[in-house]
Amino acid sequence: MTTLFKNARLIDPEAGTDAPGALLVQGGEILACDTSDASGAALLAAHDLRADEIEVLDCRGKCLAPGIVDIGVKVCEPGERHKESYKSAGLAAAAGGVTTIVTRPDTSPAIDSPETLEFVTRRAQVDAPVNVLPMAALTKGREGREMVEIGLMMDAGAVAFTDCDHVVGDTKVFSRALTYARSCGALVIAHPQEPGLSAGAAATSGKFAALRGLPAVSPMAERMGLDRDIALLEMTGAAYHADQITTARALPALERAKANGLDITAGTSIHHLTLNELDVADYRTFFKVKPPLRSEDDRLAVVEAVGSGLIDIISSMHTPQDEESKRLPFEEAAAGAVALETLLPAALRLYHAELLDLPTLFRAMALNPARRLGLASGRLSAGAPADLVLFDPDVPYVMDRFALRSKSKNTPFDTQRMQGRVLATYVAGDAIYRRDV
Amino acid sequence: MQPPSFDQRHLLGIEPLRPHEITAILDLADDYVALNRQTEKHSEALAGLTQINMFFENSTRTQASFELAGKRLGADVMNMAMQASSIKKGETLIDTAMTLNAMHPDLLVVRHPHSGAVDLLSQKVNCAVLNAGDGRHEHPTQALLDALTIRRTKGRLHRLNIAICGDIAHSRVARSNLILLGKMENRIRLIGPPTLVPQQFAEFGAEIYDDMREGLKDVDVVMMLRLQKERMDGGFIPSEREYFYRYGLDAEKLALAKPDAIVMHPGPMNRGVEIDGQIADDIKRSVIQEQVEMGVAVRMAAMDLLARNLRNARAEAAG
Repeated sequence: MTTLFKNARLIDPEAGTDAPGALLVQGGEILACDTSDASGAALLAAHDLRADEIEVLDCRGKCLAPGIVDIGVKVCEPGERHKESYKSAGLAAAAGGVTTIVTRPDTSPAIDSPETLEFVTRRAQVDAPVNVLPMAALTKGREGREMVEIGLMMDAGAVAFTDCDHVVGDTKVFSRALTYARSCGALVIAHPQEPGLSAGAAATSGKFAALRGLPAVSPMAERMGLDRDIALLEMTGAAYHADQITTARALPALERAKANGLDITAGTSIHHLTLNELDVADYRTFFKVKPPLRSEDDRLAVVEAVGSGLIDIISSMHTPQDEESKRLPFEEAAAGAVALETLLPAALRLYHAELLDLPTLFRAMALNPARRLGLASGRLSAGAPADLVLFDPDVPYVMDRFALRSKSKNTPFDTQRMQGRVLATYVAGDAIYRRDV
Repeated sequence: MQPPSFDQRHLLGIEPLRPHEITAILDLADDYVALNRQTEKHSEALAGLTQINMFFENSTRTQASFELAGKRLGADVMNMAMQASSIKKGETLIDTAMTLNAMHPDLLVVRHPHSGAVDLLSQKVNCAVLNAGDGRHEHPTQALLDALTIRRTKGRLHRLNIAICGDIAHSRVARSNLILLGKMENRIRLIGPPTLVPQQFAEFGAEIYDDMREGLKDVDVVMMLRLQKERMDGGFIPSEREYFYRYGLDAEKLALAKPDAIVMHPGPMNRGVEIDGQIADDIKRSVIQEQVEMGVAVRMAAMDLLARNLRNARAEAAG
């Protein structure tokens, strides 16, 4: 089947352009795109096609961009299916313009063997309309002692190895895992954090945490964790991605490591880009995430680093929690927020604030994550899979958490004013989500 | 008596209070001090109301003080020792709140080991909630009783130099006092080892000293804090005796304060750790016994004011 998207505002992160244009999809792949003639007539002529032979979609000037590739999504199967299943996560992703979810292994039990990996792959194929790529744990049970069967797991489809928010504290274990992973060509994703300093913390140390009497961690703990990991990369030469860099102090170290030619990339979460520690206000547990929200200065530094490309990837860090886990005193409450559906609208806050333009946002949400995992998606070029999101960046509304498709409703954006929402999402050319307008 | 301008539904902390509301509580507490010194110390201010004391953390003194305050005002008072009951059975704080709600209490006095827990509880119940200490956050009635003690001994509650000494980081008493005394326009010094004094408090206008001798110079009030046993194990300070040597209040260090400086302590004291026994017992300097007396009066005043607002709100709701 062939589809023409005409009169679109094409967001091309590869070319760095945001321009009117048309895009042609055939057989689930992008055939061509053209920014010289938004009506698509030139595109059809060049490919010897007639408008009445094919499906034509008039985008009416709305944005068409590569679908989001979201690294670090928690789907709670196996173990806590009541919080999020592959079905509900898939629907949420589709509604959020996320066409590929890269899932976390911090389930219970952890995804640390080819058998559990096979289970989640099967569940994902049956239930999720979006592409699902699983990550596996780096060490058994995420306990930081013995490495998993990296080779077997890669063959079973693991795209990266991570113990998620557990830091492998034993440097010897971690350096061996990095060395071994390198020999397999595996990507290791880590959570840079000095575990001793951050033990028990519920907030970032500073004026706010002091006033609220919350146990806090210095932002320095993130830099110390990153410094250690960078030293180990120099030792081992492994491919490494820092899941969340959230503080200004960690940025110079990251910059040096990249300049020294290490195979390192870094991500950050949408919450750290759009919220700060003061949002916690009167102990609002939906704002408890890990690492904790930072100061406004840190937030702006991280936004700038996304703009410059120093931070490569923006993730939702989608972490479903049920009401019971959140309706507790702040220290006891579970960390994490759902974000598959709010990732794009929240990211658009940065666009409306004129901090980042749309191609830059999609470079961080689609192109770079796809590149890091060696995927062909995340771009609008010919031959790429037709994973696309059509969205209106301007439409205003008030977020209602109970309207979310995730089973868990723990979003910090509840009742907040948002601007911009997804109109349609396509995976391999098929519409998997369409908003009734 | 003039109707006091106290516009609060709960007493969750000092932070939400405005200076005139603090004064309203203290003024009424003065009346209750007088009542408490009579032989017949009964009032009917809370007659017919039910007060439940819910302590998720061990407490003898604060709980007794609240209980006595409620009884003197004619309330039906019930104590629930929560650390022994439902928490162990896995009941959440919200479930507990819903259960209590069904018993129709009018005043709920809560102490909880986690910061913010009393705020959370107050959102779920239909009565007035008094914070009797939440984690490291606030302990408003302690700050109010300290303020009343200072006002009665010093004759004023503004433009004083006040030193708060010891484990500031883990102390809700210190936080509430810092906020209250700041609102009333005093100069506050925080004195203690840097491992126990969050340096961020400098941003709230407090002066921070790690040399106690320097910090005590010319102060009007010396507030000592209790050093919890579990902090003494070498994690925050090297040892008990080193702490007493550097930060314990003895006659020599106290001599640096103003000659009429008073010494306060929220109790219970560790004699020989944060305070020398002789100073604690010196009736010319120590107002520690007065603090206990003021505690009952301040709690009576706070509950009385909240009960008036509760009755008014319910009368309005009933039309």
